[in-house]
Amino acid sequence: MNNTPATDYPEGEDGGRYVRGRQRSGMIWSFVFFGATMIGIVVLTALLFNVANAAFGFVLMKDKVQAATLAVGGVPLAELPKEALVEILQKKVSKGVVRRLESEKPLAERDRGELYDLVLARVVEPEMVKSWSLLDSLTKRSAIRAEADALPDSRLEFRSWLTLAFITSPQSSNAELAGVRTAILGSLFTILVTILFALPVGVGAAIYLEEYAKDTTLNRLIQTNISNLAGVPSIIYGMLGLAVFVRMLEGITSGRLFGAVTDPTTANGRTIISAGLTLGLLILPLIILNAQEAVRTVPRSLRQASFGIGATRWQTIWHHVLPGAIPGILTGTILAVSRAIGETAPLVVIGASTFIVQDPSGPFSKFTTLPIQIYQWTARPQAEFRNLAAAAILVLLALLITLNATAVILRNRYARSA
Amino acid sequence: MSVRVGSGTAAAAVEAVDLDLRRHRRPGEAIIQALLFACGILSIFTTLGIIFVLAREALLFFQRPEVTVLEFLTGTVWQPQILKFGIFPLLNATILTSVIAMMVALPLGVMIAIYLSEYASPRARGILKPVLEILAGIPTVVYGYFALTLMTPLLRSIFGVDRVEIYNVGSAGLVIGILILPLISSMSEDALHAVPRSLREAAYGLGATRLETAVKIVVPAALSGLAAAFIVGISRAIGETMVVALAAGAGPRNFGSWGEAVGGLNFFNPFKAAETMTGHIVRISGGDLSYDSLDYDSLFAIGLMLFAITFVLNLISRWIVRRFREEVE
Repeated sequence: MNNTPATDYPEGEDGGRYVRGRQRSGMIWSFVFFGATMIGIVVLTALLFNVANAAFGFVLMKDKVQAATLAVGGVPLAELPKEALVEILQKKVSKGVVRRLESEKPLAERDRGELYDLVLARVVEPEMVKSWSLLDSLTKRSAIRAEADALPDSRLEFRSWLTLAFITSPQSSNAELAGVRTAILGSLFTILVTILFALPVGVGAAIYLEEYAKDTTLNRLIQTNISNLAGVPSIIYGMLGLAVFVRMLEGITSGRLFGAVTDPTTANGRTIISAGLTLGLLILPLIILNAQEAVRTVPRSLRQASFGIGATRWQTIWHHVLPGAIPGILTGTILAVSRAIGETAPLVVIGASTFIVQDPSGPFSKFTTLPIQIYQWTARPQAEFRNLAAAAILVLLALLITLNATAVILRNRYARSA
Repeated sequence: MSVRVGSGTAAAAVEAVDLDLRRHRRPGEAIIQALLFACGILSIFTTLGIIFVLAREALLFFQRPEVTVLEFLTGTVWQPQILKFGIFPLLNATILTSVIAMMVALPLGVMIAIYLSEYASPRARGILKPVLEILAGIPTVVYGYFALTLMTPLLRSIFGVDRVEIYNVGSAGLVIGILILPLISSMSEDALHAVPRSLREAAYGLGATRLETAVKIVVPAALSGLAAAFIVGISRAIGETMVVALAAGAGPRNFGSWGEAVGGLNFFNPFKAAETMTGHIVRISGGDLSYDSLDYDSLFAIGLMLFAITFVLNLISRWIVRRFREEVE
């Protein structure tokens, strides 16, 4: 076809301009693509900074009773002997409270440090007037100082909301004293149940699908179904747990059938074991899919060699397939478990307790977990609870980082020895 | 060992070994196989359990005299106190947050995928991929905190405190977008990565720039993989709970009538509060909820709707992925 133009591309000088234009738009877009990727880093930084910003900063404290006025005969409060502290408590605290304290543990039997803390909490009663974020604390120092000076008898402290006391104290309605011990223990207990349930069942299912299952309709259905389950929203698992574990199996999950009811007032199935099993069902598809992947990486020749010397199918799996697949299974399990630790919605639905001070003592205890604690503190309007939520987030993230680091170390160690 | 064996002794040896060449019965093996099968079949029971539980309670809900299916599907008010159960306000909020989320996550996610798959050096990939993985591993409740304490104040300072409410769907939607960004970008990158090298080399050979190769050759070839990522992303956004529970609002955005909802695009105002389906389930079940009450049953009706939507979306995405794989291979 001679009459059709060979090309409609410009030639000569126009051509040079055309090519330069294409290269320029290529350059521009490569910056756009790079910028989009940078947004990920920016968001991660903003998120972490936002948490740290609320977890540290100045607080303005005001005591109801000045500690200086409690000095006896020139001896400051901090150095008073035990007897004097008891006397202060009996004088300044209402009779009812003293009686309650006595019945918990007689005042005379408590040691000095305990009594001193009591005097601080019950008599001095420090109250938080205001708290500032880390950014404000660093940049608006003088304004904060001025505000503190304007309020008589107050003192300004730089406070880290994340302290050892925060990790070791139980929940409290006073933001000053509240801690996450109950929540951490609740999370660990729940996760223990989850692992005990989901790991064996998940690995079992993976082995069945990879080593035993023939290509039948039922087995294909199981495989499709597992992938579908992985996409079901977590809150739906919460509703399943509520209807099945909390209601239908109440006799078992409340511990009534075993005569192991931990707390008769709440023996209604809203227990650690219900929570753990619900999370177990939730991460089961993840564990199965990961374990299948791991089992598949074990070379066929290993199995054939084992069959060749007369091993049965299970002997082959137990002695040759599983040891080779363990690093992969462990990594997958730890990833799934870190997902479970951060899960909040299903546990709210099955009925986590909003406020408990007592540590969980077994699978049939009421529970709260770290993410639930974060949710409840964040949802409260007072600023100081936001600070607590930020500190709790730091604890949760530290827990997750520890877990993931363990996964990496375990994988490397097994990879080397295998 | 003696080499010479008489015929008599050979017969005796065979008799002594008592060789049984029939298949050996191994009850232990059979039991183990049965146990493993039970583990596998549990997933089917989980699905059946979900469907059974949701359907049963939803059926109880619709059997009540106060409720009709028609009103549930077409009503514009969700207010259990006055026995109004129209799903639209909750569904609308869910769609609104998901659409906002996808407007953030889809373009960004695809651009990140193009950068990582077509542009980035191995070293840059080594740094950037872990960052995205960390983002994917952060619990959703932390994103909820982020939405309420950083995104909402940011929106309010940009668009005005009067216009933007403290709880608003815009902030929740944006943060959900960030939350599903790692999912979309990693699925998209897998799709781009699966495009054969030869296609790229042919394009370069014809003098195409890197951009032209990426946008005109690789992306179209991976289109169904990108579509699957898009649908899985929507499904995640619809099912996301903690961000909307904390940041989107604690009450449905009700409308007097359909006219009021559509007029002035009231249903699409991103600066006002609105409770989504998941947000409603979490708020109601977090309070004092008695079994077999109207509230309790209504949650399962919402849950059934939610499950149906996400289930269909997941099926579609799996179907697309399967077709995509056939195309590439």
